[in-house]
Amino acid sequence: MSDQSASNGRISHGSLMVADPRTKKRNASEARFRAYGIIAISIGVLFLASLAFSILRSGLPAFTQYVAELEVTLSQEDYDAAESKMLKTAAYTDIFIQNFSDALDERGVEVAYDSDAIERILGKVGGDIRGHYRENLDDIGRPVTFQLQTSSRVEGYFKGRVDRESLVDSRFLVKTDLDIIDALTEADILTSRFNWAFIKGTDAGVDNPGGAGIGAAAIGSFFMMLVVLLLSLPIGVAASIYLEEFAPQNKFTDIVEVNISNLAAVPSIVFGILGLSVFIQFMHMPQSAPLVGGLVLTLMTLPTIIISTRASLKAVPPSIRDAALGIGASKMQSVFHHVLPLAMPGILTGTIIGLAQALGESAPLLLIGMVGFVAREFPDGVVSGFLDPNSAMPAQIYTWAARADAGFYEKAWGGIIVLLAFLLTMNIIAIILRRRFERRW
Amino acid sequence: MNDMRIVKRDVDMNDIKISAKGVQVYYGDTHAIKDVNVEIKDKTVTAFIGPSGCGKSTFLRCLNRMNDTIDICRVEGSIQIEGEDIYDKRVDPVQLRAKVGMVFQKPNPFPKSIYDNVAYGPRIHGLARTKADLDEIVEKSLRRGAIWNEVKDRLHAPGTGLSGGQQQRLCIARAVATEPEVLLMDEPCSALDPIATAQVEELIDELRENFSVVIVTHSMQQAARVSQKTAFFHLGNLVEYGETGQIFTNPQDPRTESYITGRIG
Ligand SMILES: Nc1ncnc2c1ncn2[C@@H]1O[C@H](COP(=O)(O)OP(=O)(O)OP(=O)(O)O)[C@@H](O)[C@H]1O
Ligand SMILES: [Mg+2]
Repeated sequence: MSDQSASNGRISHGSLMVADPRTKKRNASEARFRAYGIIAISIGVLFLASLAFSILRSGLPAFTQYVAELEVTLSQEDYDAAESKMLKTAAYTDIFIQNFSDALDERGVEVAYDSDAIERILGKVGGDIRGHYRENLDDIGRPVTFQLQTSSRVEGYFKGRVDRESLVDSRFLVKTDLDIIDALTEADILTSRFNWAFIKGTDAGVDNPGGAGIGAAAIGSFFMMLVVLLLSLPIGVAASIYLEEFAPQNKFTDIVEVNISNLAAVPSIVFGILGLSVFIQFMHMPQSAPLVGGLVLTLMTLPTIIISTRASLKAVPPSIRDAALGIGASKMQSVFHHVLPLAMPGILTGTIIGLAQALGESAPLLLIGMVGFVAREFPDGVVSGFLDPNSAMPAQIYTWAARADAGFYEKAWGGIIVLLAFLLTMNIIAIILRRRFERRW
Repeated sequence: MNDMRIVKRDVDMNDIKISAKGVQVYYGDTHAIKDVNVEIKDKTVTAFIGPSGCGKSTFLRCLNRMNDTIDICRVEGSIQIEGEDIYDKRVDPVQLRAKVGMVFQKPNPFPKSIYDNVAYGPRIHGLARTKADLDEIVEKSLRRGAIWNEVKDRLHAPGTGLSGGQQQRLCIARAVATEPEVLLMDEPCSALDPIATAQVEELIDELRENFSVVIVTHSMQQAARVSQKTAFFHLGNLVEYGETGQIFTNPQDPRTESYITGRIG
């Protein structure tokens, strides 16, 4: 009893206008709890914001590219003359320099340069130009605008990785080149543009960070996700429905249940070893193939999907099952007509979480040879997409981060942005699907 | 069990729809129904009354084998519908439930439209050949459920958006749409106002022309109004079973008397 109980045994409640001490205490503790919640959320948001900021700051430069734009007109005689020389690319370099100096004169830029400096800044221009004309003979005699990519050191200068004071002359870049670069930038010959090649391109050798793209690895990831989705969703959902709705309650199903929960906690690298020994060494599937990667990731994703599917099946009120059974629906009809549609949003959420984990996973790929594989080619066709060696986005990011050149470091961050964009797209699709499946009322 | 004798008896008294003998129900170690014998007549309303927790719902759920869905539940004894043991190995409970419909204590419409709620049963049992047939069944069922006038303009609105009492009548309409031979109703009116209750009682009376209805109720007046036979359960035992008039005016067992006069319960 309360200390306020009156002599007649009834509690006297006092005026409603003043809060009694107990109410005050309760309100204070509620206010404190709310404050904790707001603090917790603020900390979370802060972490997220700083993460996003650092990713964007380090990764966005990977999406800009610096190119020299120059219009060249090559006559048939020039072409024939160059092709008849011993040093053909050198001949084209001369032609380029000819056009280059014309362009500089036209814009009134005065700067000293030689063909070596041009090569240091723009790479082997002669080869690029020759390659273009040999493939497009029609372009001879017409003005063609060449966009020549700058070397990785020059990009470094633009992006602040290389500066004038600390630059040590080397065969890659010398101090005077920086004057040329500045002059060209002034004259609008060197410009920046969006680096589509990074998104669409393939990986390049260790000495060419500027040419490296994540496209091939993204395709690899796409095919892996396809395998994961096509296998883990039907298997996972079927297994959960069976376990939750049909399986008898006995020792065996108990053991299965416990082990599924255990599997969800197994480190992903263990699945990698399993994949290596079972799929590659025992079943002789091709190494580094997205198919194998997808199978390994399926093993990893299944427990996640099964656990979340079972949870959402459990959450469907039993009265719905009773209602269906009560009017003579079979077990299966009650599950497929009523329970499953209600559980669908939860199943989708679980699937997307599982897929997102799989998409970002690199440890198991390490063991089946997808990390360190230089994905220089796009698969041609669907079969080759599954079976030909490829990399995957996280593996590609890992490979880049491990390379020495600072240009690759930037690419790794850029790769992370692409990966996150993929995840975001997946989540948005999931949200749209959820909306669809959610009870329409 | 001597099958020959049962068949013969069945022919003699063919107005017996359900006959339960020595029914025992256990939930794990809990003995919920203790040796119940009862014969439920065709084209009759039978009321089950008794204090809360005495096993009325449990026994009702034995009649369409809904207890099969509860893992720990065990049913012993024999329950026959028209002389056929429904717990026989050859009986498919799904087929049985199409014949013995059920309305639950808590309204449980599907989260679908009102139309789909009612049409679901006829659809899965193939009762309608055309869309027009189905429309007709839905309308007829909703009329029998005494809810047609309230929902006829919004058949495609969600069934879960109705009030509790309307939901319950929708569930009744859904149950009668499959044309069961026996309709089990577990406190169908506990969520209804007096007007809707009167409508449902009228419906029950009407259903009696074709079906056998078993209704669980906590309202003595309701049992007296709608039923011809009444069974009184107490602590898992069937204490008394007989003509409703006789149970209410001249109970044989002292426990029945104290319950209906309000001394236990
Ligand atoms: N699913 C179950 N698991 C275990 N015990 C149960 C279960 N359902 C009912 N029981 C027990 O069986 C006994 C009878 O329950 P039942 O639901 O049949 O009572 P009732 O007569 O319908 O009561 P009420 O009038 O309150 O609905 C109760 O003691 C209850 O605790
Ligand atoms: Mg009950």
